[in-house]
Amino acid sequence: MEYTVIAESSGDSLHPITAQLVGAASALGSSPTVVVPGGVGADEAASIAGVSKVVSVVGDCFATFDGGAWATAIASQCSGVVLAGATPIGREVASRVAAKRGVPIVQDATGLAAGITITRPIYSGKAVETSTVTGECVITLRANAFEAAGAGGSAAVNVIDQSADVGIAVKEAIAKASERLDVSEADIIISGGRGIGQKENFAHLEEVADMIGAAVGASRAVVDEWGMPHSMQVGQTGKTVTPSLYIAVGISGAIQHLAGMRSSKYIVAINKDPDAPIFGVADYGIVATWEEAVPALKAALAAL
Amino acid sequence: MSIAVLLKQVPDTTAKISVSAGRVDESAVSKWSMSPYDEYALESALQLKESGGGDVVAITAGPARCEKLLRDAAAVGADTLVHISAENINDLDSTQVQKLLAAAVEKIGSSVVFCGKQAADTNAGSTGPGVAELIGASCVTLVSEVAADGAGYSATRPSAAGQEKVGVSAPCVFAFDKGITEMRRPNVRGIMMAKKKQIETWSAADLGVDLGAAAVTIDAHSPPAEKPPGQKFEGADSVSAVVGKLRDEANVI
Repeated sequence: MEYTVIAESSGDSLHPITAQLVGAASALGSSPTVVVPGGVGADEAASIAGVSKVVSVVGDCFATFDGGAWATAIASQCSGVVLAGATPIGREVASRVAAKRGVPIVQDATGLAAGITITRPIYSGKAVETSTVTGECVITLRANAFEAAGAGGSAAVNVIDQSADVGIAVKEAIAKASERLDVSEADIIISGGRGIGQKENFAHLEEVADMIGAAVGASRAVVDEWGMPHSMQVGQTGKTVTPSLYIAVGISGAIQHLAGMRSSKYIVAINKDPDAPIFGVADYGIVATWEEAVPALKAALAAL
Repeated sequence: MSIAVLLKQVPDTTAKISVSAGRVDESAVSKWSMSPYDEYALESALQLKESGGGDVVAITAGPARCEKLLRDAAAVGADTLVHISAENINDLDSTQVQKLLAAAVEKIGSSVVFCGKQAADTNAGSTGPGVAELIGASCVTLVSEVAADGAGYSATRPSAAGQEKVGVSAPCVFAFDKGITEMRRPNVRGIMMAKKKQIETWSAADLGVDLGAAAVTIDAHSPPAEKPPGQKFEGADSVSAVVGKLRDEANVI
């Protein structure tokens, strides 16, 4: 079966997922065609090892994101097994392409084997599903779950002029809100506990939060003793949170706090006490004082 | 005018998921709930109805247990309840599910469809755009807010620079991320009314849908791999290494 990869761009260049999609197709013995919506990064796609050809689809419709229009413009270039990134744009365009072609789609695969057998997490990672798909299909792949193909390719680039009717018009750009995120809505949370000394030191955590779009949380101890807002409290009597990343600073890890955050995908703990219970649930534990670690955290994030 | 809201009943996000004989054991699920993003879609549909009129039609596909989901939707204000009867919903592939939902939307005659960006069980996100394709509609995904705007609608969605407000005309589908307001709580009167509300139950045949055979078959479910023990570092000098791991290993920043 032939494979088609739907490329994704990020700014003026190719999104790293594209080389990973090619890598996944190559691992199944295919030399895929890469379809580049809007043409951004087409030459870059041609230089990925293992690519048989690049189809750069250009048209006015690619100026605005309308998944329906994009899919209409590229669908005739997509055949066989179509791979796209499990990114917001990839998922939407891939869903449209699948529905347009009348073939099934399986989203967010973390493993592929001949057959095609697909592995993917379900219930937000509480279980794993393996399924088999026969015939033509569309599969989106989770970013960074597949090894990227290297450079060194020199595929030909065919440019195709194909637009489609756009149904979505951008009317107004809205700048990011500066007000602080609520812990129950945030994908990243940085929380402080008694270990940071006093209420005023939360300003340091807020600076880190602003750098990474995080919400600021607090342990019960500081909410009760320093009068922090209860809405910030993470734990059994506060909020139960499951962000992708939870950074606990100066929090020892009382059971009631752990109950509210232990399901976070990744937990970083910063504490000067190497025996603090918080290290028992941390994916990355750092034994250090907050006075040293928080400035280092700011510097490291600024350097990303 | 009617606003169709596509809802899915899923194990509550606080429920434990256990695997038995290679399949997720549904009988062990302690609580079934409306998928969280669908709640935002429903609330937003109710607000749209309150500001501009119309009927909110709650549609779900699934086994008999889904009746509760529809009654919950009615208790907060859904006007019409549609149950697409599908005992084997988990064995249907995306094409089959979308065909059923699209046929129900067309049977009702709704030109505006609200749904969650993804369901909390499969976490896929195929339904909104897929149904839009089948009914020939535009689809705006990851919206947080939708309002009537002249002859069409305006919706707020994320953009590279933050957020943007977009305009779109019916027929259109809006797939909701977390919205601006959580779903309202039902009052006693709403709950009582919901108990008596009629549910339209349609089979695939009633909808004129020939499902055919699923092209995707589930081989097995398994528990997730055990979380590996954490890594521990000494001193603030290790912070930059941890930040690197958060980016490259965990992919969370």
